[in-house]
Amino acid sequence: MRPFKYTRASEAGEAARVVAANPNAKFLAGGTNILDLMKEDVERPNELVDLTRLKLAEIKAAPDGGVTIGALAKNTDTANHPLIRKSYPLLTQAIVAGASGQLRNMATNGGNLMQRTRCQYFYDTAMPCNKREPGTGCGALEGINRIHAIFGWSEKCVATYPGDMANALYALEAQVRVRNASGRERTIPISEFHRLPGDRPEKDNNLEHGELIVAIDLPKSPFAKNYYYLKVRDRASYAFALVAVAAALEMNGSTIRQARVVMGSVAHKPWRSAEAEAALSGKPASEESFRRAADAALANAKPLAHNAYKVELGKRAIVRSLMRAARLI
Amino acid sequence: MARYIGKEMSRVDGVAKVTGRAKYAAEFKVPNLAYGFIVLGSVAKGTIKSIDTREAESSPGVVRVFTHLNTPKLGPKANTEYAPPRNNREQDKSFRALQSDRIYFNMQPVALVVAETYEQARYAARLVRATYNAEKHTTDTEAVRERGRFPSQGQPPKPRGNPEEAMKSAPVKVEAEYRIPVEHHNPMEPHAAIAVWEGDRLTIFDKTQEVYGVRRHLASSFNIPEDNVQVISPYVGGAFGSSLRPNYYPSLTAMAARELKRPVKIVYTRTQMFTGHGHRPYTIQKIALGAEASGKLTAMIHEAVHNTSSFEEFSDNTTGFTRQVYACPNLYAPLRITDVDLNTPTWMRAPGAVSGMFALECAMDELAYALKIDPLELRLINYAEVDPVSGRPFSSKALRECYRLGAEKFGWKNRKFEPRSMRDGRLLVGWGTATGVWGAFQSPASARITYRADGTAHVVSATSDIGPGTYTVMTMIAAEYLGLTPERVQFELGDTKFPRAPAQGGSQTTSSVGSAVHGAALAIGARLLTLANQDASSPLKGAASADVEMLDGRLRLKSDASKSVSIPEVMRRNNLTEVAETFESRPSPERQKYATLAHGAQFIEVKVDPDIGQVRVTRAIEVTACGKIINPKASHSQEIGGVVWGIGMALQEATEIDHRFGRIMNPNLQHYHVPVNADVYEIETIFVEEDDTVVNPLGVKGMGELGMVGIPAAIANAVFHATGKRIRELPITPDKLL
Amino acid sequence: MNDEFDETSEPELTADEEALVKEMPTLTNVGQARRTFLGQTLAGSLGLFALMLLEKEQALAALGTSPDAVFARALAPENPIKVTLKVNGAAKTLELDSRVVLLDALRERLELTGTKKGCDQGQCGACTVLVDGRRVLSCLTLAATLEGREVTTIEGLAKGKQLHPMQAAFIKYDGFQCGYCTSGQICSAVGLLEEAKRGDVSHVTTDVTQTTTRLSDDEIRERMSGNICRCGAYPGIVAAIREVHTGKESARTWRFVEEEELARIRKEIADETV
Repeated sequence: MRPFKYTRASEAGEAARVVAANPNAKFLAGGTNILDLMKEDVERPNELVDLTRLKLAEIKAAPDGGVTIGALAKNTDTANHPLIRKSYPLLTQAIVAGASGQLRNMATNGGNLMQRTRCQYFYDTAMPCNKREPGTGCGALEGINRIHAIFGWSEKCVATYPGDMANALYALEAQVRVRNASGRERTIPISEFHRLPGDRPEKDNNLEHGELIVAIDLPKSPFAKNYYYLKVRDRASYAFALVAVAAALEMNGSTIRQARVVMGSVAHKPWRSAEAEAALSGKPASEESFRRAADAALANAKPLAHNAYKVELGKRAIVRSLMRAARLI
Repeated sequence: MARYIGKEMSRVDGVAKVTGRAKYAAEFKVPNLAYGFIVLGSVAKGTIKSIDTREAESSPGVVRVFTHLNTPKLGPKANTEYAPPRNNREQDKSFRALQSDRIYFNMQPVALVVAETYEQARYAARLVRATYNAEKHTTDTEAVRERGRFPSQGQPPKPRGNPEEAMKSAPVKVEAEYRIPVEHHNPMEPHAAIAVWEGDRLTIFDKTQEVYGVRRHLASSFNIPEDNVQVISPYVGGAFGSSLRPNYYPSLTAMAARELKRPVKIVYTRTQMFTGHGHRPYTIQKIALGAEASGKLTAMIHEAVHNTSSFEEFSDNTTGFTRQVYACPNLYAPLRITDVDLNTPTWMRAPGAVSGMFALECAMDELAYALKIDPLELRLINYAEVDPVSGRPFSSKALRECYRLGAEKFGWKNRKFEPRSMRDGRLLVGWGTATGVWGAFQSPASARITYRADGTAHVVSATSDIGPGTYTVMTMIAAEYLGLTPERVQFELGDTKFPRAPAQGGSQTTSSVGSAVHGAALAIGARLLTLANQDASSPLKGAASADVEMLDGRLRLKSDASKSVSIPEVMRRNNLTEVAETFESRPSPERQKYATLAHGAQFIEVKVDPDIGQVRVTRAIEVTACGKIINPKASHSQEIGGVVWGIGMALQEATEIDHRFGRIMNPNLQHYHVPVNADVYEIETIFVEEDDTVVNPLGVKGMGELGMVGIPAAIANAVFHATGKRIRELPITPDKLL
Repeated sequence: MNDEFDETSEPELTADEEALVKEMPTLTNVGQARRTFLGQTLAGSLGLFALMLLEKEQALAALGTSPDAVFARALAPENPIKVTLKVNGAAKTLELDSRVVLLDALRERLELTGTKKGCDQGQCGACTVLVDGRRVLSCLTLAATLEGREVTTIEGLAKGKQLHPMQAAFIKYDGFQCGYCTSGQICSAVGLLEEAKRGDVSHVTTDVTQTTTRLSDDEIRERMSGNICRCGAYPGIVAAIREVHTGKESARTWRFVEEEELARIRKEIADETV
């Protein structure tokens, strides 16, 4: 871990200004990912701005019928907040599927969106990685890539976004509110928050340097009844997903009015499947409809040498999570 | 009737452990401590071309940067008890850090940064820059399996009978190949040492399974008498074989402390643990079994090959128990080794046995299905009544009882033979079984007991307690034979100032050290008898030491408890405040007339979600026949640990190597998966005690390895029964079951 | 000295140990008197330290500095920070390198080595402590962020020699072997029971919209999955938490085969062979 200047911010604008002024400065919230990466010399900030004293942890009802969750609310508090459990239980399920009790007590909502990939080559500074060191190549493309992307990858990078919470946020069409050093706020639809690697895999998301996530806005949701977050992993708990699915249905009797299907750990960002959702819209909730939707969702998958299983697993996971969401099993 | 032996007792070190006061190697307080941080290399083979330490050296707090250019040459390394080949006259060829520019494996240490604080050392380690002349490497055992050779130690294996002919004519045959990846021990405590020199005398706190082995290693490294080295290791946070041999860090730590004239501490990072000691080798096994239609085995051919390093031979005797576990007249079970550019493999819990028995016991299951015979029945048909290797009788073997009791308890008779025939809702249910086997080993060991006139005893031996409960079991044995309550007995270990004991490995501690404690207690009794009988009026006149026993502060005749003397009184009369005896126990020659093995039957239930490939081990029963059980509470925990290790091996564990770079890519606990709490359900143990007077005076066999041996096979067999899929390559992860 | 020591008496319990006995009404041990069990464990563990480890540490502490010992050039720490926090109830002010995480502050600066470093990267749970009553990982907590916070470590759970019920339950159910993950397991267990009281849900909660404060075994297993135990003592850990949570004892999961049973089995085997 390189030496760094530690600053405890007392106000959001101040925090954003300090980071904006120093290209090598970073925000520190829960610390669960950045400190690990700093110990590995993957992240090398020379200044950390501690956000934990900012008053950005509130979770409250919004006038439009939605809910606003503070960027610094802890994962645990978010998952267990009565407003979330009542109106956005999919988000609760997604959060508690991730990490461990201790980590969820530390991790913040904003920090969770900023979580970086768990690609083994990204973590190992002796290995090539375009995300860590642009221009060094992608170690995983022709290396060990069992946990890597089957969608949206580029020759430069095949890493995945590993988180769980964001998969639900994509399904719920959340908006991410950010503030810059001059105090200007803008809202980024969650679907445009993370990006695909393309030619610039070092950029995980579309934030500008110094922009601070202040809140996540959840619109009023019709998905509090029929939802399911499924996470398939190599052990029963405390492991990253091989494939995750956030599924939600709005039902009209036994017919699907609208559906949301988001896959996790299959791409550089949560992978919402418009194809699957279109295939479900107006259809009866049945295993047959779900299979068709799953086939549509994975039709364009491009697996690598070691992760072809994710195509079949992805399909099965979609069917299973939709069956659960529809309460057919 | 025993007062303590065979009764459950909570750990005597329990309070120390639950309050955080038990001190592990890295936790001793010493003044002027400097912190070392190891720098790892980035090629798998070649030489160091250049190494630039200037930036690191000028980094704040850095005391010195050691590389092969400025590290003193260490003396030839003496072999320790646990070194392959096990020949103490040969020099140990295991890897040593910073002794040359040669690179033998990726993530080999190339520098050591020592600084005033841990943070400073860790940072400066990132500033050391090395370049290499890389050479073509091989880390893929598959690629060099054809180059497999017999280990140079011992005789090349000879066939029994005529296995090839018998195989040809066998009415029923199965043949298959099984694979086990490289696995790592991953004890929770990282390996660590603190070295303190006072002139030519070295004190080192080390995480080790054998303090005397580390002492011998360090004495030869620094060319000082063994008596000048004290190794202290009172608590070990798990090791599972990874601390049987002295790893490269103790001599590195001691070297730095000696050069800098101040204490130095080195702790492996989790990543460094993946090359800082050995691993379970990558093992490929081809098995062919031939049988008559009745199920009687007529031929067994079990050929294994696993990796060793380019600089040292290691073999884990993968196929050893195949020769002993079933009666079969025609058998060939050779093991070959092949060189790759990784660090040398080492023993990892149930070494060899769990690998070999995974393959053999899966193959037996495949044979059972080929024969349409119940898998348990097949094992009974081929039960070895005598040792198939030597023809000698077993000193004891209650395996048949284990099979039957386990089957009863598990409800095996309700098992439907056909795969995919049992369900629990959407889940497929599978029941599998396998045999466990391990040797009943014993090595020479010494213990000293000081019996004090106040009715307390101090018992010491330089063994270790990596978790099985050695502190507790030795306390119980001493209490039993000294006739004292356990709270009056204090047992200490893990220090070379105590009498010599073997490494804690191979499940031999209770049989070896326990026998020494037992012998020392009897020697105390004999001594007291002699002292007592110096008094003309002693009621024990004429008694031999075998005729007396100690109980509650009195020495008395076994045959007539009314004839007794007060021990404190005897001591006072002889002007003694204490009596001390050291006893060395050795394996009895009687053992040579027998085969001495421990056995178990292991039953597993899995539930498989066929849609997403997830396997849960929902029930596990261990029925264990390993002689006498001293502390069933801790023994049960050992069995539980064996099952959990079996779950890890069967379903989760694999060290992934990118063979292009020859580099381990998952040297951490986020990608090297070991079981978590949610992976483990209730695990039951049934102890079938054996009355075995041959193995050792206590009649114990040891069980730390035994409980794991059959589990991976039993799980794989259960997965087959549940799904109809025979997975022969571990681990059985969800992707393999889609 | 007494003419003969009193062989049959149980050892004298100190006042603290007596209190401990009262504190743990459920802590009984099959086949052994409670007092004996406690006296033995306490005597054993304390003795070990008193006799060997402290003695060696004291000897080393008395070592002088070698005249030719090599030190780094004296340099003020870069990026120093000053933080005042409470550790196990006592206020501590630390001046530290900004890079110091709580785990290393405890182990290397405050002589609180009960908190363990297992992986140092949030992947094992061995370093779990309570900060303001919540379980967190000290390896990923910068010490600098803890101004004004209250940290409770394993050393702070017992009251004097009076074990926390969770500590006692871990001993009772053998919820550890090597002991290295134990501090983290116990802190985690203490933290999770508070979470359960609040009605927090988990990954295995069937309906996350409902609130329950009662933990099933599956809930305990899932919620303890952030603490890896390589010895595999999980069933004992679950039993210990179950007892502290519900007040109910768990049955043993091991047994010896009784002689009659064995005789029956052997007879059946013999009959079949004939």
